[in-house]
Amino acid sequence: MPSSHDWINKPLGVVEAMFAQSNSNPEWEAKVLEYFKGQLKEKESHSWVPSLNDVPLHYLKPNSLVKFRCLVQDMFDPEFYMGVYETVDPSTKANVLRCGKYKDVTECGVDLNSRNTVTAERQTFYCVPIPGESPWAKEISFLSAARVVPSTSYVPSRQKRSYEEDDDDMDTQPQKQREPHTEPHGNGDSKRQETEAPSSQTTTPSDCSSHLDLNFPLPGERGPACLVKVYEGLDSFKLNDTLEIYGILSVNPVLTVLGEEKDPSLLLLNPTESMETPEEQRAHDPPASLVPRLHMLYARPLQHNNPLLPSAPTEDQSAFVSSFLVEMASVRAELLAYLTHVLLGDGLAAEYLLLHLISDVYTRRDVLPLGKFTLNLSGCPLNSYTERLYQIVQQLVPCSYRLSMSLHTMNSMRLVPKKDYVANRLVSGALQLARNTSLFLDETQLEQGQLDSSGVRNITALGNLISWQKVDYDFSYHQMEFPCNINVLVTSEGRSLLPSDCQVPLQPQVTPPNMEEYLTTIHMAQFTSQINKFRVYLSLARTLDYSISDEVTKAVEDDFVDMRKDDPQSVTAEDLHRMLVVARLLSLSLGQTTLSRDGWMRAKHIDMLRRSRTEQQKSLNGNEP
Amino acid sequence: MSSPTSTPGRRKRNRDDIPATPKSTAKAGSDGQVSPPSQRRRGQDSSNGDLPAMPTSPATDIASPAVHDTSLFSSPPQLYSLEVDMSSPLMYGTPSSRVEGTPRSGVGGTPARQRPDLGSIRKAPQVDLHSDADGAVASEQALGQKLVIWGTDVNVGTCKEKFQRFLQRFIDPTSNEDENAGLDLNEPLYMQKLEEISVVGEPVLNVNCSHVQSFDADLYRQLISYPQEVIPTFDMAVNELFFERFPDSILEHQIQVRPYNALKTRNMRSLNPEDIDQMITISGMVIRTSQLIPEMQEAFFQCQVCAFSTRVEVDRGRIAEPAVCRNCNTTHSLALIHNRSAFSDKQMIKVQESPDDMPAGQTPHTTIVYAHNDLVDKVQPGDRINITGIYRAVPMRENPRQSNVKSVYKTHIDVIHFRKTDEKRLHGLDEDSDQKLFTEERVQILKELASKPDVYDRLSSALAPSIYEHEDIKKGILLQLFGGTRKDFSQTGRGNFRAEVNILLCGDPGTSKSQLLQYVFNLVPRGQYTSGKGSSAVGLTAYVMKDPETKQLVLQTGALVLSDNGICCIDEFDKMSDSTRSVLHEVMEQQTLSIAKAGIICQLNARTSVLAAANPVESQWNPKKTTIENIQLPHTLLSRFDLIFLMLDPQDEAYDRRLAHHLVALYYQSEEQIEEEFLDMAVLKDYIAYARTYINPRLNEEASQALIEAYVDMRKIGSGRGMVSAYPRQLESLIRLAEAHAKVRFSDKVETIDVEEAKRLQREALKQSATDPRTGFVDISILTTGMSATARKRKEEVAQALKKMIQSKGKTPAMKYQQLFDDLRGQSEAAITKDMFEEALRALADEDYLTVTGKTVRLL
Repeated sequence: MPSSHDWINKPLGVVEAMFAQSNSNPEWEAKVLEYFKGQLKEKESHSWVPSLNDVPLHYLKPNSLVKFRCLVQDMFDPEFYMGVYETVDPSTKANVLRCGKYKDVTECGVDLNSRNTVTAERQTFYCVPIPGESPWAKEISFLSAARVVPSTSYVPSRQKRSYEEDDDDMDTQPQKQREPHTEPHGNGDSKRQETEAPSSQTTTPSDCSSHLDLNFPLPGERGPACLVKVYEGLDSFKLNDTLEIYGILSVNPVLTVLGEEKDPSLLLLNPTESMETPEEQRAHDPPASLVPRLHMLYARPLQHNNPLLPSAPTEDQSAFVSSFLVEMASVRAELLAYLTHVLLGDGLAAEYLLLHLISDVYTRRDVLPLGKFTLNLSGCPLNSYTERLYQIVQQLVPCSYRLSMSLHTMNSMRLVPKKDYVANRLVSGALQLARNTSLFLDETQLEQGQLDSSGVRNITALGNLISWQKVDYDFSYHQMEFPCNINVLVTSEGRSLLPSDCQVPLQPQVTPPNMEEYLTTIHMAQFTSQINKFRVYLSLARTLDYSISDEVTKAVEDDFVDMRKDDPQSVTAEDLHRMLVVARLLSLSLGQTTLSRDGWMRAKHIDMLRRSRTEQQKSLNGNEP
Repeated sequence: MSSPTSTPGRRKRNRDDIPATPKSTAKAGSDGQVSPPSQRRRGQDSSNGDLPAMPTSPATDIASPAVHDTSLFSSPPQLYSLEVDMSSPLMYGTPSSRVEGTPRSGVGGTPARQRPDLGSIRKAPQVDLHSDADGAVASEQALGQKLVIWGTDVNVGTCKEKFQRFLQRFIDPTSNEDENAGLDLNEPLYMQKLEEISVVGEPVLNVNCSHVQSFDADLYRQLISYPQEVIPTFDMAVNELFFERFPDSILEHQIQVRPYNALKTRNMRSLNPEDIDQMITISGMVIRTSQLIPEMQEAFFQCQVCAFSTRVEVDRGRIAEPAVCRNCNTTHSLALIHNRSAFSDKQMIKVQESPDDMPAGQTPHTTIVYAHNDLVDKVQPGDRINITGIYRAVPMRENPRQSNVKSVYKTHIDVIHFRKTDEKRLHGLDEDSDQKLFTEERVQILKELASKPDVYDRLSSALAPSIYEHEDIKKGILLQLFGGTRKDFSQTGRGNFRAEVNILLCGDPGTSKSQLLQYVFNLVPRGQYTSGKGSSAVGLTAYVMKDPETKQLVLQTGALVLSDNGICCIDEFDKMSDSTRSVLHEVMEQQTLSIAKAGIICQLNARTSVLAAANPVESQWNPKKTTIENIQLPHTLLSRFDLIFLMLDPQDEAYDRRLAHHLVALYYQSEEQIEEEFLDMAVLKDYIAYARTYINPRLNEEASQALIEAYVDMRKIGSGRGMVSAYPRQLESLIRLAEAHAKVRFSDKVETIDVEEAKRLQREALKQSATDPRTGFVDISILTTGMSATARKRKEEVAQALKKMIQSKGKTPAMKYQQLFDDLRGQSEAAITKDMFEEALRALADEDYLTVTGKTVRLL
């Protein structure tokens, strides 16, 4: 472990030294960025930086370098700050130039009169941990971080306990679902209670954050929210981007000026204060102890948040990919077998579920998103089967959320983010999700009854999400369209009322007397290493490139014409759309990056099987439209 | 020392250190001597409105009137005499001028009014740039040429003169702003406006900055860079001019100049630290307005001991309470008398950037705007406005208990002028807001494109490239996007002629109708997308709701009104309820919406094109039935569509192959290839916007002839078979289509080729939708009356047969219904359904031949 960690422990010192050397040459800013980028490039160096996701805030040193894996939930207005200012030393009366960048507060005795003051611009992003991050992903990244945290006094003494929790996740999850508050997300209060006397700490963070709405997209989420101050490349960031941010942590208590502490008479006299409502203050200047500030030095967009994969597109990633490609086919077979068991012996449904799990909107042609593959699994057995199914999916993907579509949730839940003009922030909704999140819509929970207007809006929003992969955020005077990339899986009894790209009626081959027991046994039979392989496989297959040769294009075209010749009614353009997607996913799932004639035939074959099954279902049910 | 010409160069630095000293005033005089004025910054006094703990002491504050008449004028090294001071902007608007009266002739008697929008401007002294500051005791005239306002390069005298010259001489013969309506464009514009002021008595003069720029670029630059100093100078100039000309007019207060349309117009996103203290114009939407805030301008103090009163002006949000009474020398005896203090109105307004200005994937920015005095309550949440004002940055308040400061500034805009951009949408055409600014190069590109012979085909294939074929439908939609020429016949009593083209797409499900609609919705700036299933009549038109905050009734407009001047895309048109659909009748022909509810009776403009998609009733299109029968829409509504297209699966091999190729390519082509093949969506957008704004084609002689011929031909086709095959509505839509096609070519004249294409397209659409499945002929009456001519003929025949049969039965006054039906069936060789029988009965009843009561039929 390297001895000199000054750039992690005292990054501001580095910044200031560079500023002092620069003699007000504006190039120093670029140099600072380069320096930190260079440091982080070094092997493993980014793992020395403590992560806000893993280490509780009070263990982190103020003004040290930290990283944060997060989603940009809201973007606040740009603000002007003193980039350079002058202070007067009270003892020597000498004027000293100071740098205000990467800081929230200035030193004492600012000479506001100085002509050397430089005003600069920065923007604040409100960032939250990636919504719906699976417990296993958190756990693994926590453990890998725990190996190397030299810069904090915090020693994660709970490794043992964590493993227990890992087991817990598998055994007692239904219980946890019911009580989301007991779920040990990250390193919340359970750790705190471990290290501190419970009597001295009466207000746990959860208590505080409950009265301060941290605006997480999903209910029951935990973790630190963060105000990230962004200095460079403002246009390159978009709402809902997932980023790994490296920045200087600032928790200066001066920032904590809550509304109630303010002298009302001061408010009256001071016009600049009165233009902010208390709600706005609370949203934009929450106490730094709860919502720390992070001054961004470097940010890396995350393609995925799977901790088992190398995150940066570097050489070692391509090495990793090529090594994994070899076993791809075998892992696929194992995963397929596993899913077949889970889906009660239905191999076809398992095949489709696998394809769905690696689907991805890879591009858009004008309004049309390409590559989406919404799966409707109909004919699901009732009685908590879907719940267990979700838990298994959750074990496989790094990000997921189960939306139980009961009448009550549809009527009461806020799915679409909405702008709150009083507090001047974007109030999040459950559809504000990171890319490639698995959204599990459980339609079996839906009962008869009336949807009110918000329920209708929610259903429409879900429909839009599925058909166009976009969510219209509500800005009260107008709507704004935000494209998204969410894998939607709908489980239902009959055909879903939501649109879908592909419907597969489940045909159970086995009917276990005790469903719970059956699924648990299947789950327990898998080793963690095996599960990890599946996890890597699913994330990796999605990132592969894909192309199609002219020769195969021709074959596909011929095939389509032939199919239409026999029965023009049965094969439409829509079917071709779907089959092209299936062919793509099928090839990728086998680790093939080009479509072969074989691959096309297979895709056609399984689509035929699926269609005949739906036909069968139709004739069985009679008058289904 | 630097000369004025060097000043602009250092502007940038100056603006960077805005929130500087509050001590400026006190030091102003001496600073002028110590440091060269060109290095000093200006405007600092107003921009740091609320800095506490500033060492302002009343004794040295030249602004406070208390000091005004004593220390200020007795101190020897002053640069200006009393007279300069009174007429200079430095003194403008201070209460002292009101209290003591203005010695100048003319303006006297009319009180000046404070301009809180400009901040306190009185502080900056003038400095002589050519001589050493302290040595200058020259005569006023000589000095007047060299004096500039401290920190700027503005010379009051020259500036005033220039502006007066501008007012007296500026002529803009090409002006087409509605504000100038009724003015003689060949006379000096602003002199006429002054005359208007003298008549109307509203002492506000709006000045278009682009006029100033074209008249005197240097003056414009000064106005933009130093609005705080220049605008008061303008005020002064206007008032002098005005009272010279209309010495007798009585105004509420002196005229205030309100510049607008600063050409540096920016969107909110591009505001940066360099704009601080400059005049800017931005556009946005009001999202919130605060209550009225009374802001003290001038405090009135009275001594409790000797009743001596004094006034203290508010300085940067603070009142320097006099510690000692100047009359009786008692300390701490002065008390604030509230109701004799002067207040001004102030309102905080939050403005959000308009959705069109935003890059995709980011959230809109907001800015705080302060409105003062009569600008308070001029705008409401939801209004789209252009704001001209001065951009300010104020450092955050220090925590009194802390010595370090938050290093962040608060920014806001002090508004000088509001201009609502959607104000006239309810009344007339809204030219301004639609006016997109096209750069020269862009226009060149567009014109080049327009000159290509195949531009029409190019554009139509650029439309929704992901949707395959349906060339004619795309062409129809393209023409819809361009629209016809707007004509006004209100003089002759016909009102506005519809210029919008309405299109209905019907056809099998899954033929990418929705996709086409989505594409159009994304393409046009003012598009709305609704689904027939999900929308109610209210959602389409307008509804009245109570604002939860103000308890006011407000009219909320629905999709049709919102898409005024745009396109309203309605999916699942057939699923729409009848009451909802009936709303469309008015919109689709008269282009207005009448509302009468909750005490609000009004007519809103809804000049929207409707692009609707409908599915056949039997889920699959039945080729044996007519359009009406297939989609079950009232023919009154159908006849309002200019073009009705069927989107059917053509089911032939060549088509299939092309389709497959297209789809596969769609999935696997790289971005670059796609771009090579098709026009950029942005270019298409601009092309349409440009054509809609600037091209207004008119029919030429040949085209009119061609149209007449086409119409006569269409009528002729039918007349041979005893039916009407065309109605004036068809002629109108033919004209619209021809005009739209001319627009596509950027042509100002509608020529024969346009008419030919319009004819072709209409024929195509008719062929698809108005073909009588029984005869195979095109029959327009299917759409206009809901029944083909053959069907009507048939109906008549049945009725006649029935009548004959009844007559043959002799004098039986009443008959059984069922028996009559059976008899008729037995007699007729063609199959007669019950519907046909009933229709025949109804026809006879209409003839007053018989009546049907229950199960019996009576003869009359």
